[in-house]
Amino acid sequence: MNKIRFSGAVNYIFLSVIVSFFIAPVIWLFVTPFSSSPSLSISLGTPTLSNFSSVFKDPAAVYSFGNSIIIAVGVTLLTVICASLAAYIFSRYHFKGSNFLIFILILFSNIVSGTAAMVPLYMLNISLGLINSYLGVIFTIAGGGIPTSIFILKSFFDSIPKSYEEAALVDGSSYSQMLLHIFLPLSKKGIIVIATLSFISAWGNFLIPFILLSSQSTYPASVTIYNFYTEMGLPNIGLISAYALLYTLPVVIGYLVVNKVFGFSFYGGIKG
Amino acid sequence: MAWIELENITKTFGKVSAIRDLSLQIEKGEFVAILGPSGCGKTTLLRLIAGLEVADKGKIRISEEDVTFAPPNVRKIAMVFQNYALYPHMTVFKNISYPLFIKKVPDDEIKKRVNAIADSLKISLLLDRYPQQISGGQQQRVAVARAMIQTPNVFLLDEPLSNLDAMMRIEARSFLKYLLDKIGTTTIYVTHDQSEAMALADRIVVMQNGIIQQIDSPKDIYDKPSNTFVASFVGNPPMNLLEANININSAQAEIGSQYLDIKESILNLHKFPQNGRVYLGIRPEHISIYHESDTNNGSTLEGEVFVSEPLGFETIITVILGEQQIKVIKFGGLNNLKPGEKIKLQFKKNKIYLFDHETGYRINEIQEEDNEY
Repeated sequence: MNKIRFSGAVNYIFLSVIVSFFIAPVIWLFVTPFSSSPSLSISLGTPTLSNFSSVFKDPAAVYSFGNSIIIAVGVTLLTVICASLAAYIFSRYHFKGSNFLIFILILFSNIVSGTAAMVPLYMLNISLGLINSYLGVIFTIAGGGIPTSIFILKSFFDSIPKSYEEAALVDGSSYSQMLLHIFLPLSKKGIIVIATLSFISAWGNFLIPFILLSSQSTYPASVTIYNFYTEMGLPNIGLISAYALLYTLPVVIGYLVVNKVFGFSFYGGIKG
Repeated sequence: MAWIELENITKTFGKVSAIRDLSLQIEKGEFVAILGPSGCGKTTLLRLIAGLEVADKGKIRISEEDVTFAPPNVRKIAMVFQNYALYPHMTVFKNISYPLFIKKVPDDEIKKRVNAIADSLKISLLLDRYPQQISGGQQQRVAVARAMIQTPNVFLLDEPLSNLDAMMRIEARSFLKYLLDKIGTTTIYVTHDQSEAMALADRIVVMQNGIIQQIDSPKDIYDKPSNTFVASFVGNPPMNLLEANININSAQAEIGSQYLDIKESILNLHKFPQNGRVYLGIRPEHISIYHESDTNNGSTLEGEVFVSEPLGFETIITVILGEQQIKVIKFGGLNNLKPGEKIKLQFKKNKIYLFDHETGYRINEIQEEDNEY
C-alpha cells in the first residue's frame, strides 16, 4: 500500500516538473508585459501598461502588424482558393496518377521544403523580381502550405456524399449554382479550418519574410520583434514581452476557432 | 415514337462493363420497374437516363429529344435518390422548393406550391425542420415532394424504399403507388426487391450483368419467366429449379433417382436438347403434399422434410429430394411437419417449366389456368 502511495507521489512530482517546464514561458508571456521591471524571471512587481504604450509609440512596431495582416490575409486567400479548387477535383474526379500527384506534392512541400529550399526559393524570387515584395512572401508561404491544405480539404470533401451535388443537378441547377448553393455551404467548415491554419502559419512565419524582405518598412511582426534592442544592443524585454503578447493573440484566437470548428461531425440528409 | 428511348447503350467503368448494348423503350405515363440483383447495372441505367453518367455508346432520347450528352439540369427529370440526398443545411421547406428557386419562380407561388404538396404528403408540420431532425420515413416523403414539385418528363426513383424498415416499407409502397397513379408521370423505378416491382409497375425490366433478361408485365414475368435467372429471381420464395433428365418416350422426368410424369403435349411441341438435360422449374405454391386419402393418383416424388417455417397464413417447407432441395408453400393453418419426416409431393402438371440446362432459356410454352395434377 505504502509502495503504491510512494510511486504515486513520485509520478506527481515528475509530472509537475515537466508541466512547469512547459507552462513557465506561457506564464512569463502573460505576466511580464504588465510588469514595471520586466526581466527574464516571472515577477509582476507593480502592474503597469507602460510596456504596451511604448509598443504603440514605436512606428515600426505598429506598421509591422499591418504588414503581418497583409501577408497572412494574402496567404489565406491564395491558399483557400487554390486548395479548395484543387481538392474538389482530386476528390470528385479520379484520373490516372491523381493519388501519386498528391503524395508527391505533400512530400516536396513538407519534407523537402523549408530551410533546405531557402536558397533556391531566394534565387527564384530574385529572378521573378519578387524579392523584397509582399507578393514574393505570400507566394512562397502559400506554396509551402497549399499541398497540405489540398490533402486536408480532399479528405473533408470525400466525406461529403456526392449525391447532394447530383441531386442539385437533377433539380435543375447548373454546375456553378450547385457549387454555390450546395457544395460551398456543406464544405464551409473544412474551408474555415484551412483558412485558419494558413492564417496562423503565415502569421507565425519568421524565416521566409526574414530572408525575402530587405527593407524594415515591409517587415511583418515576426521579423520586427527580432529587432527590439536597446541602444546598447541589449534586448528590450519590456517591449519584447508586450509585443509578443499582442503578436500571440490572433494565433490564440485562431486556435480557439479551429478547436470549435474541429469539434464537428457530419450530420446530413443522408439516411445511412 | 416512345417517350423514352434507349438505343444500344453501352457503359463501362474501367474494365467492368455495367451496361451492354441495351435497348429499351418506355411509353408516356408508363410505370416501369428495373429489377435485378446488386451490381446488375440497374442504377447505372437510371443514372444514364438522369445524365449523371454518360454512355460510351448508344443514344438516349427523352420526348423525342436526343439527350445522350445533355447535362442533368436540362433534361427535365426528377429523381429520388436511394439515400434521399436532402440538403442538410436547408430546412424541409427550402429542400422542397429548391427546384423552383432555381427556376426563379416567384416567392408567393413557391410558398403556395410547397404548401400544397406538403399537405398531400402529410409533411406540413415539418417544413421548418432540418433533414436530420426528421425520421427516415419523413425524409423519404420530403425527397418525393422535392421531386414532385416539378412537372418532369420522367420521374426516376432509385430504390426509394430500401432505407425504410419492413413495416414502413409496405406502407410507403402503397402510398407511393397511390401518388404516382394520381400524377400519372412516366416513372422509372429501380429496385432489387421483386415484391416492390411486382406491386408497383406496369412493366418490369429484369436485368443481370448489364443485360436485359426479360421485359414484361408483372404477371407475365411471374407466369412466363424467359429463363432460369428470371424464374429464380422473382417470387418469394422463388421458383424451384431441379436438375432433371427428360425421357421423351416415356414422358417422364428423372429427378435424382425418382421419376415424375410430365404432360406429353409439352414434349410433342418442342425440341429438347439431345441429351434431355433440363432444369425443371416449379413454383412453391404449385406443389402440394400428397395424402394417401387423396383421390387423384398422379405421380409423386418422395422427399424428407428438412425444415418447416410457419409464417401465419402460409408455411414454407423445405424438402430434400435426393441431393437437391425444394421449397413448398402450404397455405392456411399451421403445419406440424417435423424435420426428417417423409412426405410425398405432387406438382401441378401445367405449372411445370422446363429450361435448357446449357442456356437457361425456357423450352416449353405455359398454358394458363389449368390445375391438373
